[in-house]
Amino acid sequence: MGAIFRRDLLGYFTSPVGYIFLGVFYAVSGFFFYSSSISAGSTDLSQLFVLLYFALLVLVPILTMRSFSEEKKQKTEQCILTAPVSLGGIVAGKFLSAFVVYLIGISCTVVYAVTVSFFAQPDWNVVLGNIMGLVLLGASFVALGIFISSLTENQMVAAILSMVLILALYILQVIANYVSVEWIATALTSIAFSSRYQTFTAGILDFSNVLFFVSATVIFLFLTVRVLEKRRWG
Amino acid sequence: MIEVVNLSKHYGDKKAVDGISFKAESGEILGFLGPNGAGKSTTMNILTGYISSTEGKALIDGIDILEDPIGAKAKIGYLPELPPLYMDMTVKEYLNFIYDLKKCKLPRNTHLKDICKLVKIDNVYKRIIKNLSKGYKQRVGLAQALVGNPPVLILDEPTVGLDPNQIIEIRSLIKKLGKNHTVILSSHILSEVQAVCDRIVVINQGKIVADDTANNLSQSLSNDHRLLIRVDGPKDEVVKLIQTIPGVETVNVNIQVESGVWEYRIEASEGSDIRRELFKRLAQRNWYLLSSKSTELSLEDIFLKLTMGEELSKKDKETLNKKTKKGEDK
Repeated sequence: MGAIFRRDLLGYFTSPVGYIFLGVFYAVSGFFFYSSSISAGSTDLSQLFVLLYFALLVLVPILTMRSFSEEKKQKTEQCILTAPVSLGGIVAGKFLSAFVVYLIGISCTVVYAVTVSFFAQPDWNVVLGNIMGLVLLGASFVALGIFISSLTENQMVAAILSMVLILALYILQVIANYVSVEWIATALTSIAFSSRYQTFTAGILDFSNVLFFVSATVIFLFLTVRVLEKRRWG
Repeated sequence: MIEVVNLSKHYGDKKAVDGISFKAESGEILGFLGPNGAGKSTTMNILTGYISSTEGKALIDGIDILEDPIGAKAKIGYLPELPPLYMDMTVKEYLNFIYDLKKCKLPRNTHLKDICKLVKIDNVYKRIIKNLSKGYKQRVGLAQALVGNPPVLILDEPTVGLDPNQIIEIRSLIKKLGKNHTVILSSHILSEVQAVCDRIVVINQGKIVADDTANNLSQSLSNDHRLLIRVDGPKDEVVKLIQTIPGVETVNVNIQVESGVWEYRIEASEGSDIRRELFKRLAQRNWYLLSSKSTELSLEDIFLKLTMGEELSKKDKETLNKKTKKGEDK
């Protein structure tokens, strides 16, 4: 696991992918921060965090698209799959390396919070809750992206599929607004990632939401292991 | 060291590997010979745990690859058909990654340096793999298999894409490695397997068609009874003369090589040796024998021989002869 984690982390920065992810994320989040807090003269960062969902929608799939698909295409997976490492270890290493790059990206939100604090004290508990929500949301997106990447050997297909899926997880919430049957609406809202995430941005720390994102991450990683296993038996 | 029992791999209806069994003892170099699509790579992928078998067992040093994959994989160094290289890493980074991946316990720097010297890549150690030539990439792939000094080496067509010098180097390297490793290597080149391996397993359409020592196999297969000669003399008379030699079955004129010199393909009955008689008779008529060589059996011939028996292979010879005759007519 350690070896794969280090190689992939290095891989993000020997290819343009890591730089593109970080650069675009910093630029976009900076713009959101400027428009929602600085120019509005508000210390409330929640709007920034709501908007970041859409930045992640595009950027996380770019981060994870190569994860397994490139290994498959370049046949390097033959090397890691025949090494004395468990499939779980391989998937965990890949996940952690992408997740670390993601964390490096979102760490800029701390800088924004500190910047705001020079003007007036933000509600630190809410800010912390927001960051925690962003970390958890990102973890589930990264796991989703890695899962999709394990399904194909074409990185573009992996990226686009992940974007569509993340978008779908947002749209569920919108659809729920138009569904008149109440239990369906509730069901849709409860699996929509965005509605779960928005509870964080609203400053509510609900343990069930934490559990939701952690389970989503684990499920996607588990599915990835199953995909690798199934391919072996195919 | 390696034991394969009744191994099968099915893809839907297609049987890529169909119930093969063989053993490789410790310190043996086993050659896997077969045409493209015979099931060589599939068998190797099963042995290394990359894919699983549909039926049967593969034991590496007594460990079942399906029951304890990690334990079995730790004993194998594998060079797949395409060396699994990360193109944007340097050789140094790559080998260090493999070292970590295999959880190697040997002293890192000396171990990697030794391997690099062995496969002669120490001069490209700090270069990015993407920029290396195919031969060097192949050798980095081989180096990767050697990391951790595993007792079993599985090499899938290790000399593909190398130039003749490199092929000879790699072959001698494999021979050297065979002294303290169990090596399984695959190839579709008969002479290569003969040169390197102690034992040869011939596989065709997923089945083992022969399993013997290299010497036995080549003796039983390549009786020198086909000759390709070049004679400076009148074509038709030369043909007539050759046909009178006892043992000769067919004579075909191949092509005119230079003015007055034709190439002839002679097929003699099995076990007969017509070379001396041929020389003597040509010399008596003052025709010059410019070259003479036995045509080696091609891999196709061997498979025909092994899979279909003598009768069919004779039929095949006839069709081949017809083909060449047709070629002449044109």
